Amino acid sequence: MSEAIETREKSTAPASGPRPARSWLRFLEPRGHWVWIALAIALILPFQLVPFRVFQLTMVLVYAVALLGLNLLVGHGGQISLGHGAFFAVGAYTAAIMMDRWDTPYPWTLPVAAAVTFVLGLALGVPAARLHGLYLALVTLAIAIFLVPLLKRFEDVTGGSMGLTLSKPQPPSWTGLAEDQWLYFLALAVAVAAFALVAGLLRSRVGRALHALRDNEIAAEVMGVRLAFYKTLAFAWSALLAGAAGCVYTWVIGFVSPDSFTVNLSITLLAGIVVGGLGSQAGPVLGGLFVMFVPSFAQDINQGAPGVIFGLLIIVVMYVAPTGLAGLAGRAVRSFDRTLRKE
Amino acid sequence: MLEVRDLTVRFGGITALDGVGCTVEQGEMVGLIGPNGAGKTTLFNCLTRRYDADSGSIRYQGRDLLALPPHAIAGLGIARTFQNLGLFSRMSVRDNVLVGAHPHSRTGFLSAALWLPVLRGEEARLRREADRVLERLDLADVADHPAAGLPFGTLKRVELARALASRPRLLLLDEPVNGLNQAEVAEFATTLREIREEWDLTVIVVEHHMGFVMGTCDRVVCLDFGRKIAEGPPEEVQRDPAVIEAYLGTPA
Ligand SMILES: Nc1ncnc2c1ncn2[C@@H]1O[C@H](COP(=O)(O)OP(=O)(O)O)[C@@H](O)[C@H]1O
Ligand SMILES: [Mg+2]
Repeated sequence: MSEAIETREKSTAPASGPRPARSWLRFLEPRGHWVWIALAIALILPFQLVPFRVFQLTMVLVYAVALLGLNLLVGHGGQISLGHGAFFAVGAYTAAIMMDRWDTPYPWTLPVAAAVTFVLGLALGVPAARLHGLYLALVTLAIAIFLVPLLKRFEDVTGGSMGLTLSKPQPPSWTGLAEDQWLYFLALAVAVAAFALVAGLLRSRVGRALHALRDNEIAAEVMGVRLAFYKTLAFAWSALLAGAAGCVYTWVIGFVSPDSFTVNLSITLLAGIVVGGLGSQAGPVLGGLFVMFVPSFAQDINQGAPGVIFGLLIIVVMYVAPTGLAGLAGRAVRSFDRTLRKE
Repeated sequence: MLEVRDLTVRFGGITALDGVGCTVEQGEMVGLIGPNGAGKTTLFNCLTRRYDADSGSIRYQGRDLLALPPHAIAGLGIARTFQNLGLFSRMSVRDNVLVGAHPHSRTGFLSAALWLPVLRGEEARLRREADRVLERLDLADVADHPAAGLPFGTLKRVELARALASRPRLLLLDEPVNGLNQAEVAEFATTLREIREEWDLTVIVVEHHMGFVMGTCDRVVCLDFGRKIAEGPPEEVQRDPAVIEAYLGTPA
């Protein structure tokens, strides 16, 4: 019988429509060309902008990597975290302490920061996998609240409230790049690698298991998905990405202090991914733009109460684009594609 | 193949299953009937380890099912559909079916993230198998459509496809034709009969639709208030006075 199926399959294969030639690129679909366009723009920008703007874009990339992790957990896994600023901070401090204490060359701090936050995420993910909704929100929030006093407490290692000041990675002379451009490309490299890793995850069995438990936990379990395993690992990977982002943050800023990683950061990150677009590929980038520019924009408008403006902006965006900026952009891109095709 | 003994499940004051016992042989198609609230879905939930039994035992191919965690059930070849649809609404039809194949794949986070050759091979195999199931159930046209928004009858077939993708030996269907029109019911019955032959399945089907049960099942078990009140060939059970009274005595 299996032979019959095989032969039937062979005979129908050519009829089943054109196969995409570069099948390994299929993880970029749909609308893969937009990824290449975005990447091309990203490569040109640092040569067109003044150093301060390049720095800002570098920070957008840093936040995008953190949001990529948060998106994996919240958008794809259906969990919640109000404490991702803590993983970001642990990644940042891991890099800073290694560079400060042991003069570790900066490239080595990235795998270590990733490993440390992964293990931390795993340790916290085990209890987190048992919690739902508001309980999980509360526990992760507690982690974020807990971290600042902890950083201040271990002054010898962390530099206490004063923080640690480090020298930034310098561009190798063969590149001919300025410091801001070099940092930008470091951040871009990490961001592209992180996006590729997550894209691979999401279009595999693992991504489907996460989507399944997000959409219907009961059915997912009946299909053989081990809920606790997937939730815990999603938490750990999500923490790893936030930690990697934190590490690049240290490279770019050259300074860490507890007050850079308050609960505000965690909340802004969560707001960023919700506004950017939960569960969408472009969400983390759009969210990164939001996290970078909107709080300072709010500050400019009203010195006294930036929080009010920030909150109002979130409400407005969610009202105009309930599926986030990515949903809005998706609609624009689709109509643009349609217009192109008509011509 | 399956042996349920003395199964009792209580929820607070309600006894949903009260000492139920039955056996199902390899290759049989058994109908499970009974008025609403009789405990049919509860029995399915015990078989898939959704509910714990207060007492009794379930043996499946010589194994004690009650000793296993819920996620291990699918790997043993037990698949089910849900009374009120249990689909992954934001996932495409194809991805829904691919989740069904979850127990037959190994890839973990790391090899998936790195898109290793192992994964690519496995992924290609899974997609081939899923496409075969989709084609068999006439779902190829909607394969890339999200599950949400498709007609009810189609969703029922998607659920069946997802269950089949797990290569089940024992298939549990909870009211598969509930909500379908007459033509769809007939079509579903035909498909089910064919698929049972093709895939060598053992089936337990919960259904109120008597025509459907008569036309597809070899044997019928009737529950009422958590107790088994009749068992035998469909025509006999249909005429059983206890069964008639159970159905007439309870507003459906
Ligand atoms: N999770 C639950 N909690 C409390 N009571 C339940 C639960 N599941 C089922 N029951 C009760 O058990 C009885 C049997 O329900 P069920 O198995 O769904 O019946 P059927 O599928 O035969 O219509 C009903 O009285 C129902 O209210
Ligand atoms: Mg029921």
